[in-house]
Amino acid sequence: MSTLLEVSGVSVSFDGFKAINNLAFKIGPAEMRAVIGPNGAGKTTFMDIITGKTKPDEGRVLWGEKSVSLLSMNESRIAQAGVGRKFQRPTVFEDQTVAENLMLALKNDRSPFAVLGFRPKQHDCDKVAEIAEQIGLLTQLERKSGELSHGQKQWLEIGMLLSQDPKLLLVDEPAAGMSPAEREHTTELLVEAAKTRAVVVVEHDMEFVRRLNCRVTVLHEGSVLAEGSLDHVTSDERVIEVYLGR
Amino acid sequence: MSDIALNPPRKPFAARYPAMLVFIGILALFTLVVSVLAEGFGIGVISTSFVKTLGKTLCLCMVALAMDLVWGYCGILSLGHMAFFGIGGYAIGMWLMYARTEIIVTSSLANAPLPPTPAEISDGIASQIFGVVGASEFPPIWAFAHSFPLQLAAVVLVPGLLALVFGWLAFRSRVTGVYLSILTQAMTLALALFLFQNDSGLRGNNGLSGLQNLPGLDHIPQSTISIVFFWASALALGLAFIICSWVISGKFGSVIRAIRDDEARVRFLGYSVEAYKLFIFTFTAIIAAIAGALYYPQAGIINPAEIAPIASIYLAVWVAIGGRGKLYGAVIGAAFVSLLSTWFTGGQAPDINLGLFTIQWVDWWTILLGISFVAVTIFAPRGIGGLFDLISERRSPNRHGAALGPDAGALREQEADQ
Repeated sequence: MSTLLEVSGVSVSFDGFKAINNLAFKIGPAEMRAVIGPNGAGKTTFMDIITGKTKPDEGRVLWGEKSVSLLSMNESRIAQAGVGRKFQRPTVFEDQTVAENLMLALKNDRSPFAVLGFRPKQHDCDKVAEIAEQIGLLTQLERKSGELSHGQKQWLEIGMLLSQDPKLLLVDEPAAGMSPAEREHTTELLVEAAKTRAVVVVEHDMEFVRRLNCRVTVLHEGSVLAEGSLDHVTSDERVIEVYLGR
Repeated sequence: MSDIALNPPRKPFAARYPAMLVFIGILALFTLVVSVLAEGFGIGVISTSFVKTLGKTLCLCMVALAMDLVWGYCGILSLGHMAFFGIGGYAIGMWLMYARTEIIVTSSLANAPLPPTPAEISDGIASQIFGVVGASEFPPIWAFAHSFPLQLAAVVLVPGLLALVFGWLAFRSRVTGVYLSILTQAMTLALALFLFQNDSGLRGNNGLSGLQNLPGLDHIPQSTISIVFFWASALALGLAFIICSWVISGKFGSVIRAIRDDEARVRFLGYSVEAYKLFIFTFTAIIAAIAGALYYPQAGIINPAEIAPIASIYLAVWVAIGGRGKLYGAVIGAAFVSLLSTWFTGGQAPDINLGLFTIQWVDWWTILLGISFVAVTIFAPRGIGGLFDLISERRSPNRHGAALGPDAGALREQEADQ
């Protein structure tokens, strides 16, 4: 199986505290992966490194078929290369409408001069409508996204990720604060997305991870503790000790 | 179902932004009324000096427009945009002063027994201009002062280049928020202090003067010149308003407002935040410079005090009082506050006698302005422009998403559509 993203030997420390310690991680082009781990295991730092927010002290982060290093790129270049990220707290542009938010994320030339002359074409609008349909916000397109409910904002952000059309989606706690029905919908969205692209989901909620039905990577103290199916990792002695605490 | 977002906008740009048409209409009407009432063109109810005040106010509105774009829309609180305004004024002032002095020197040397050499004329002009700072030679900075087109190019290029280099350094290092404000303030302070020096080459604290006298147009009365400059200022403001509306109307506006609200998120969407900020910073610096180039020939004099940091702070106050994030808000704020300021500081406002103490508005005006600024920031963050929102919201409240009926459990819009 070919590899989309390969992280190897990555370490980073903040003021002497090793947040990530010799981490290795691999994901294929159309794969779903759940990353779990106790608080402080380095899950968010791991995402920060991939998206360019944090530069590691050592190690390699290789991307795509040509194995280019992501470490020399800045955040916007990495995003343009095809890495999309959803934050733990829903961060949509509250002052703008749902349609504007989606149009902003839509895959198009991102240089200032190109954007200055940009006027949406029919296919852009169709794409926005299609994604809005997918995330259940078709009737809300003209509303300011700040007026949406928490769950709707989470979906809008997933929708923005989808309109970015990334090769890799990094999703941080997508189901936080959602009702069971909303969780169901979120699971569907992610499973659907993972058919055509790589999806990494960071999640605390075991029940949610079980529904995703995918390989699981357990992080602990900045490195991989175990990897495999959910049943496999939950039966691992060390995982039970550090994470499940049972 | 919402159809609006599903189709590309087909209407022409102007029709989609009624606020812009209204603004242009009001500006045109205002220009017409002033022209009819002005001394130099119409029936003479408005004095030449007041026409100049109005013309200058239009230039201030234009720089407020620039400030609103950079601060209200892009979230960069620049406290240095009046520096670009001043540089624009200096650039045009150099030519005005040079060309006029040249005419005076040539005519005075014309009576000499021998025809003057070019070197004699040049020396004559230099000693006329730089006599006040004890110099008699042209500093290198005046190399192009003889050429109107070149100085006109300098109006745009010098502030544009300064903004580009300064912005590139600041934004590349990701200086944001209050630190960026301090940095821009330091820039304008450094520039003002440099210009205050006698050997800066721009006549130190004397500045450039006599700018109201256009070279070769001595036979035209000031009343006519003032109304022509008023028209030019109105035209420039109108054009700037249209261009700014166009910039903020589409996706570009969406991106810069997103940068204002959450810069990091925009980066993760793949936009180069630095490039956008640099674009807006430079673009608004050029608008400010053009406004300055129109302002100072009407003011007649420019000196380094005009570039002092306080000027840029006033600019921010105008925009805040007028209403950030709305182009017309900035214009209203600049016009309202600067005209009020002219009234108060011009000694026309009646003093208030409190018995023990008399409030003299010339001194107390800044305190009143400060209090209003604080009050607006706390109680009406949308400023004067926010009043228009109140009116339009009252007329058509946005009830999207609300229940369709008065009872609890009434059908909601979303359900009704299905």
